[in-house]
Amino acid sequence: MTDSTAERFDWASPEINAHLRKRKRSQFYLKSLGLGAIAIAFSALALLVGSLISTGYPAFTQTHLVVEAEIDPDLMDPDNPRDGDFRQLARDIVTNRVIDGADTDNTDRLTDILSNRAQFTLRDMVVANPDLIGETVDVELPVADRYDQLYKGFVNQNTPEDIRRLSDREIEIFDQLVDGGYVAKPFNWDLFKNADSRFPEVAGLKGAIIGSAYALLVCFVLSFPVGIGAAIYLEEFAPKNRISDLIEININNLAAVPSVVFGLLGLAVFIGWFGLPRSVPFVGGMTLALMTLPTIIIATRAAIKSVPPSIREAALGVGASKQQVVFGHVLPLAMPGILTGTIIGLAQALGETAPLLLIGMNAFITSAPSTPFDSATALPTQIFIWADSPERGFVSRTSAAILVLLTFLITMNAIAIFLRQKFERKW
Amino acid sequence: MTLVAFLILFSAVIIGYVLNLRAARALRDGGARMHSLDGFHGGYAALMVLVPTFFLIIFWLLFESYIIELLVMAAIPPEELLEKGVGEIQLIMSEIRSIAGGRVFGEPAEWKMNAGEWLETLNDLSGLFLAALTAALAALMLYIARRRVAADFRARQGLERIVHRIMVGCAIVAIFVTVGIVASLSFETFRFFQMVPFWDFILGTSWEPQIPIREEQIAAEGAFGMVPVFLGTIVIATVAMVIATPIGLLSAIYLHEFANARVRAVVKPVLEILAGVPTVVYGFFAILVIAPALRNFGAGFGIPLESNTALAAGGVMGIMLIPFISSFADDALGAVPRSLRDGSLAVGATSAETVAKVLFPAAIPGIVGGILLAVSRAIGETMIVVMAAGLIARMTINPLDSVTTVTVQIVTLLIGDTAFDNPKTLSAFALGMVLFLMTLMINIAALRIVRKYREIYD
Repeated sequence: MTDSTAERFDWASPEINAHLRKRKRSQFYLKSLGLGAIAIAFSALALLVGSLISTGYPAFTQTHLVVEAEIDPDLMDPDNPRDGDFRQLARDIVTNRVIDGADTDNTDRLTDILSNRAQFTLRDMVVANPDLIGETVDVELPVADRYDQLYKGFVNQNTPEDIRRLSDREIEIFDQLVDGGYVAKPFNWDLFKNADSRFPEVAGLKGAIIGSAYALLVCFVLSFPVGIGAAIYLEEFAPKNRISDLIEININNLAAVPSVVFGLLGLAVFIGWFGLPRSVPFVGGMTLALMTLPTIIIATRAAIKSVPPSIREAALGVGASKQQVVFGHVLPLAMPGILTGTIIGLAQALGETAPLLLIGMNAFITSAPSTPFDSATALPTQIFIWADSPERGFVSRTSAAILVLLTFLITMNAIAIFLRQKFERKW
Repeated sequence: MTLVAFLILFSAVIIGYVLNLRAARALRDGGARMHSLDGFHGGYAALMVLVPTFFLIIFWLLFESYIIELLVMAAIPPEELLEKGVGEIQLIMSEIRSIAGGRVFGEPAEWKMNAGEWLETLNDLSGLFLAALTAALAALMLYIARRRVAADFRARQGLERIVHRIMVGCAIVAIFVTVGIVASLSFETFRFFQMVPFWDFILGTSWEPQIPIREEQIAAEGAFGMVPVFLGTIVIATVAMVIATPIGLLSAIYLHEFANARVRAVVKPVLEILAGVPTVVYGFFAILVIAPALRNFGAGFGIPLESNTALAAGGVMGIMLIPFISSFADDALGAVPRSLRDGSLAVGATSAETVAKVLFPAAIPGIVGGILLAVSRAIGETMIVVMAAGLIARMTINPLDSVTTVTVQIVTLLIGDTAFDNPKTLSAFALGMVLFLMTLMINIAALRIVRKYREIYD
């Protein structure tokens, strides 16, 4: 036994060493491939966020003409200021500031510096306060998109004049205004105060944000109670038979049905059969509720399941009825989990676009909805509309709208994580 | 008036609760031995009022506009509606509605003005009726509930019976969603197949849904063959899966086997962010960054590329699916029993060999299930392809071509003009039916594989 040295395996032989190196090398390869895969995913995310921020940040400021304007009494009737010639007033405001523009063959060119909406801003100001007529007031008027791009440095002045959106002369006139100190770039509050517009310089998200809020509210009011009711029934009361099996399979499948199919359902049933109006947040919210329902049911069932049976048995033991156990003990203990799941479901619903497109929430609507039954857009559909618009200014508006949407989503998810960590118990 | 109805409902519920609570308390104070606590008597009355009245209001609101519309149509002189399509009648109705709303454009015909007035009257009447009916029903239920208060009335059991039924109703709603999807899709699909032969749709190789909507419009006669649309869907989904599967699997393997807890704590949430980004954002990302980059890249090699190639849309979709696959694979690897792993390491295998030769094969069913679910996602994904893929259906499998998908066609066919009376609109529902059935089959297969696999080790 002891003299069988010839049969001893030589662990240090060159062949074994080579084999071991090969094995270690393949370990290294697999590890690097994994790291590479994660790096690709990370760089995709970085590219996504980076491109959105770099194109979106200019939209958070807006170039304005900040001037003292005399509200010329000749242009309007103090008894009926609404019919005044505010177009002329806006024109005068620009013309008076341009030292060398009076000789311009075309005064329209001067008016074009201001946004098309500037005259209405002036009108609304005067109508709200007719005492201003004849006075000199400080006004802040948005300039047109082309000049906004110019002031933000997105117009390359080296490109030939005929393919540039602004002629040399137009740039020269605008530079006079800049030199006169009349141009400023304050934070773009209009982005949150205005509804949609054809002119990018005054288009805002107010209508979309309110529309989304109404739709989410309707979605929550419908899906939260129904989802919890269904989950409690399935988890605590339903007999284990074929029917409850079927309901379970059905709910799991519903969670994986493409969202556009829910849009078809909403369109055919709510609008086609019940004759509800198109484009309204109420119908949008109902459609989203159908989508969110399975998410809430699944989350609620998981939360209820995680409450230990000892709680139920203790309550039953002191004489509580089955429903008293559920509503008095299990449900309150499961609530943090349920709320977390619900918020995550609502965050998904907030970002959902396709079903809202099908029920017409991509209409062009220039006023914010005042009830859930008024036509409106939602944030994601507004992003879709702007992404489709050809004007240069809408590119950065789209990115800005996406950043706003992502901010809402991150906030909602942060609340969900906070709830989970603060209140969820480990048994 | 709807608000009034809800206010009536709300106050009746409170009144019912208080009335029965006090009646029960009075009985108890009078020395009766009550079966149920006072609160159950109150709760019983509240639910007795709430449930039927609430359903009355909901049903009224759902069918109100439909019935009013029928009544208005009946009042319109029939000769005005002769030989008019559904679309035209819808236009007339919306004009009448805006007249009733006080927005009169131009000088509408006399009968339209009358119909507008009639609509307004009906709307007012309907509101009044609703409020009156709500009040009557609530009062009736209040009376019935109040009559039942007695020492031996089992109010708790009564209350729990109602609550139980409400919960069953909630569970049935979940079924009704599926029933609703199937019913609405089959109904419209059936109407579509009355206009377009079934086999032309299933086997046709030409998809040109632009049919003339009005008589004078000049357009080609539509062709509704779903094969090229379907092919485009498969091309884009394949591109997405080719990108998402290796990256997702490799990152799951790294996270599961090589990464320490700290790396996992950073990487997993970041991947979850990727999964939480709305698809409309990915769509914009595709047209803003990826498509121009691809075009420049192609131009560098002398290949002229369109801006809406299958590669751009599929690539971005692949990025979206990475976290989906990686989390499924991570779960599947984690579900393999520890003993298998320990055994492999104990006989001297490296961790790479353990993953590749022991854990991965054992986790394959779970991983396949996850990949199938990702495929179903890729097929049903809408916004990325609506924004970044093409509109024209082509018989091609070249990912550098522009192709269209089922979801793109559904959305473009239904945006804007949607009267449910022409094959163009209805074909969207037929496509939706195909999409629903396809994803349903893939989902069922995936869930079954995942479930079966779990049972092996449990």
